[in-house]
Amino acid sequence: MKKAHWREWAFQVVALMAMVFTIGVLITLIVDVCMDGLLRLNWQFLTSFPSRKPAEAGILAALVGSACMIALTALFALPLGVGAAIYLEEYATKNWLSHIIEVNIANLAGVPSIIYGLLGLEVFVRHMHMGRSLLAGGATMALLVLPMIIISSREAIRAVPPSIREASYALGATRWKTIRHQVLPLALPGILTGTILALSRAIGEAAPLITIGALTYVAFLPDSPLSPFTALPIQIFNWTSRPQKGFLTDAAAGSVVLLIVLLCMNAIAIWLRNRYQRKLY
Amino acid sequence: MEGTGTLPDKSRTTGVEPTPGVHAIARHRKGPQFGEKLIHLALFLCGVLSIFTTLGIVFILIFETVGFFRKISPMDFFFDTQWTPLFAEKHFGIWPLVCGTFLTSIIAMLVAMPIGIFSAVYLSEYSPDRVRRVLKPALEVLAGIPTVVYGYFALLFITPLLQKLIPPMSGFNALSPGIVMGVMILPIVSSLSEDAMYAVPQSLREGAYALGARKLHVSFLVVVPAALSGITAAFLLGVSRAIGETMIVAIAAGQQPRFTLNPLVPIETMTAYIVQVSLGDTPHGTLEYNTIFVVGMMLFVSTFALNIISHWLRRRYREAYA
Repeated sequence: MKKAHWREWAFQVVALMAMVFTIGVLITLIVDVCMDGLLRLNWQFLTSFPSRKPAEAGILAALVGSACMIALTALFALPLGVGAAIYLEEYATKNWLSHIIEVNIANLAGVPSIIYGLLGLEVFVRHMHMGRSLLAGGATMALLVLPMIIISSREAIRAVPPSIREASYALGATRWKTIRHQVLPLALPGILTGTILALSRAIGEAAPLITIGALTYVAFLPDSPLSPFTALPIQIFNWTSRPQKGFLTDAAAGSVVLLIVLLCMNAIAIWLRNRYQRKLY
Repeated sequence: MEGTGTLPDKSRTTGVEPTPGVHAIARHRKGPQFGEKLIHLALFLCGVLSIFTTLGIVFILIFETVGFFRKISPMDFFFDTQWTPLFAEKHFGIWPLVCGTFLTSIIAMLVAMPIGIFSAVYLSEYSPDRVRRVLKPALEVLAGIPTVVYGYFALLFITPLLQKLIPPMSGFNALSPGIVMGVMILPIVSSLSEDAMYAVPQSLREGAYALGARKLHVSFLVVVPAALSGITAAFLLGVSRAIGETMIVAIAAGQQPRFTLNPLVPIETMTAYIVQVSLGDTPHGTLEYNTIFVVGMMLFVSTFALNIISHWLRRRYREAYA
């Protein structure tokens, strides 16, 4: 090897600095939010309803609202997404329809989330008379995460070796029995990993919920799927747009909670992937 | 082999595709099998749901847009330079919102593109495997941070910081959310560009080395040009994300639609306008209700076009180097 030219070194230094800048921004963001919010984070904050006084406000309604909404989202999106993935991988023949479905799913994954909010506002809130409810929020979020769930489920299903299907057919199983008893159990960890990652994106989304008209000031817990609700990102957004300093601290504390929730979900997803990945083949 | 304990271990050795007859045999083994057909139909419906989602989006946007243009002439919409539907004196010129969106997106891409490409070249051509395994996931964490948190960061950290450097800057502006948006988009740009560079055949690099080129020349004069369609695809997808990004600009850019390219004053993007109207109580059937769908239509058409072109470009380089 020739001795490296100085430009080689210069590029490596610049490239590394670019990456250091990026990672630096990430660390600054996390440190900044924690410094602003960590002291505010206590039991009172987690178990109180919003208030006009920043020091008495809390995220109980937002936390419960987010949890209920995500549960509904998973309830809608998981069966529909896995169903679509099974159809595309196991049933669909290569024709114009399956091609259109595939291109369409790729495009839907790139549609801005706020557009899903407009769709939810018109279809779920107005035409299906769900009102500005948990149900409407869950359904809108389900449409938003569906493309992601379909794409990751398809990958998980594709990773199941064809020989397993053949063995099952050879033993006389029907196509559905093969999928139900052989393919799905093997693909399940991959499907769950993708679903958790998709849901963790939905938890952080505020734009579609604001568009369908989720409330920003909720001093009660939802008691049915048709109950009005608020969610954690909306609560943070609301506090960030207030002028009082105290509410900005509340927003930072809420952000810390949101980041912790996301961290836990991602950790579960990574744990699932690492635990089951090696056992597939 | 958890969950499939009954399978003989031998099954893994036959790596062949199922013969065409296998499905047919499985299907015709006994009777009409209504259950199987029912399941097939149910799964098919799950599959076409995505098409109905797209059709639903297109239909409601067109429907409400037509409702809007019944009341407001397209001339006002495309040639007026003021957007004030919420004021007493109403103007419906889309340009201020387009301008705001354009400005924040340009700033975001000015941050994301150089850093993204440099990172991609470094990760794909230079970095040792060990460094790569640390840096890639770290970049991906950036993509997972909720946008409200980015918005908070832009408004309360970056803006005060920039105000110290550029004193005349307003508390709400395009620059600060633009920069933060750039950081948010960076992982997309860098990982898509890296995929494209990774797909460049090794023989091209070796050919250049054989001619005596240095690594830097190979990277930027051979690999980057060869991966250009993929990098362009990454750029377009990044722009599409920037245009559709909502919370960062809604929090930190302000709510004043302004026909300007000055990054230091408050502006309003298309997405932020939809948020602003949605936060108020806007009854169905009013002109304000129509406006958010018109703006949504503009957003949808531009991001959809960018996504389609980007998708097409990515497929092209995959075919070229397959």
